[in-house]
Amino acid sequence: MTNEPKHSLTVECTVNGERVRREVPARRHLADFLREDLELTGTHLGCEHGVCGACSVLVDGAVVRSCLMLAVQAHGRRIETIEGLSDSGALKDLQTAFIERNAAQCGFCTAGMLLTAHQLTASGEAMTRPEIREYMSGNLCRCTGYHAIIDAVEAVLRSKSRTP
Amino acid sequence: MKYPDFAYVRPASLGEALDCLQKYGDSAIPLAGGQSLLATLAMRLSSPEILVDITGLTELSEIAREGDTIRIGALVKHVQLLQSPIVRGATPLFTAALPHVAHVAIRNRGTFGGSLAFADPAAELPACLVALGGTLVLGSSAGRREIGAEDFFTGLLETDLRPGELILEARVPAQAPGSRWNFSELSRRHGDFPLAGLAAVMSPMSEARLVYLGCADRPKLATATAGMLRGASYPLKDVPGLAAALAEDLDPADTPGCSAETRLQLAGTLTYRVLNDLQEIPAR
Ligand SMILES: Cc1cc2nc3c(=O)[nH]c(=O)nc-3n(C[C@H](O)[C@H](O)[C@H](O)COP(=O)(O)OP(=O)(O)OC[C@H]3O[C@@H](n4cnc5c(N)ncnc54)[C@H](O)[C@@H]3O)c2cc1C
Ligand code: FES
Ligand code: FES
Repeated sequence: MTNEPKHSLTVECTVNGERVRREVPARRHLADFLREDLELTGTHLGCEHGVCGACSVLVDGAVVRSCLMLAVQAHGRRIETIEGLSDSGALKDLQTAFIERNAAQCGFCTAGMLLTAHQLTASGEAMTRPEIREYMSGNLCRCTGYHAIIDAVEAVLRSKSRTP
Repeated sequence: MKYPDFAYVRPASLGEALDCLQKYGDSAIPLAGGQSLLATLAMRLSSPEILVDITGLTELSEIAREGDTIRIGALVKHVQLLQSPIVRGATPLFTAALPHVAHVAIRNRGTFGGSLAFADPAAELPACLVALGGTLVLGSSAGRREIGAEDFFTGLLETDLRPGELILEARVPAQAPGSRWNFSELSRRHGDFPLAGLAAVMSPMSEARLVYLGCADRPKLATATAGMLRGASYPLKDVPGLAAALAEDLDPADTPGCSAETRLQLAGTLTYRVLNDLQEIPAR
């Protein structure tokens, strides 16, 4: 793309199925790019250094922390956020299960929880409850006490592994 | 916090990356998965002038088997290592340790080489590499060199890497037939760096290779402990002299929330747990 170090670069990528092209400062992380440049504010910033999971998004189908990736590193990649995955219906089962069990209170962590859980349920891997807790333990929630969230993920995982 | 200001460059080939690191010297730093580097920028613990993004160098992203040696490229991601049938077959110690490395989102970006270069004494992959007797291949615009894992780690977050040098790959001998292995760690929360951990490989014809995590300034072989346990009968229980041998091998630090004494105690607990369970794991 370029061979001289630059403070500002062009990023071209797909976000929720739409091609976008923007000039961004090198130091801007992907979360700020999504929130400020593209006004997709469903991706939240909690700790801004990788420990809370509120900023989780999918990059080429893999869940990552958007506060630990540069916006310019999204160049040529496919980004999916809570907005796109809600609209497409990909998260419908998880969202229904979260609502049924009251697994969101203030909702700050919810987008990250859903995207992490999506990676798990999409893999279809069967897991015990303690394994689900470990898998989800990188995402912090200050409200729910986690049980309702794990209940919801467990229910969706069960229903997926039952349907062949 | 937001990262400090820096310039960014994405070389298209390994040669270009090495030239770039050479050209900008101390002001440039490689960016791999970013899962440690970007976090330290966010905490304003470092402020490099130039980030050289090496993630596009696909030649460093492969795992291959050549006879009894496994070659693991520096840019192999944690998730790739965890899922690799080659790694599971030849060096299953890695496969056992990887679920303890952070969480899925971090494992989807963090790289093998980044973890070695960062050299956290509580990190899983450096400890496993030392336990397995691996070698690192380093490259700069001046050429390549090899260094044994135990010599590569020189201190707390310190390695033998010279300015302008990249880790290219690690060469790891396949675990010997008949060998057994086990990995365990004690952390406050799954996925956190452990307070203490143990990577162990035992082969019929040689001494146990034990590397403790979080109990010294770097990963190294616990030779006094391995020597003391030579010929011991299993299951181990209340081994006299274990505490003294561990105290000789290890030098844990007092950190907020965990004293050096506690870490030594945990290392003892892990020794019994890991080595006794190891006897139950079918040999390779
Ligand atoms: C919340 C959280 C929890 C974590 N928990 C754990 C854990 O439990 N265990 C664990 O081991 N790790 C953990 N990590 C760290 C993670 O494993 C990192 O991925 C790893 O330490 C660094 O790899 P990276 O590819 O992200 O490197 P980067 O962050 O890109 O780089 C780290 C350093 O290595 C240098 N570097 C990178 N690649 C090379 C190379 N090829 N040659 C020379 N220098 C290089 C960089 O310049 C930088 O100084 C955690 C991280 C986070 C954010
Ligand atoms: S905001 Fe990214 S992990 Fe907390
Ligand atoms: S619902 Fe408030 S942080 Fe999780």
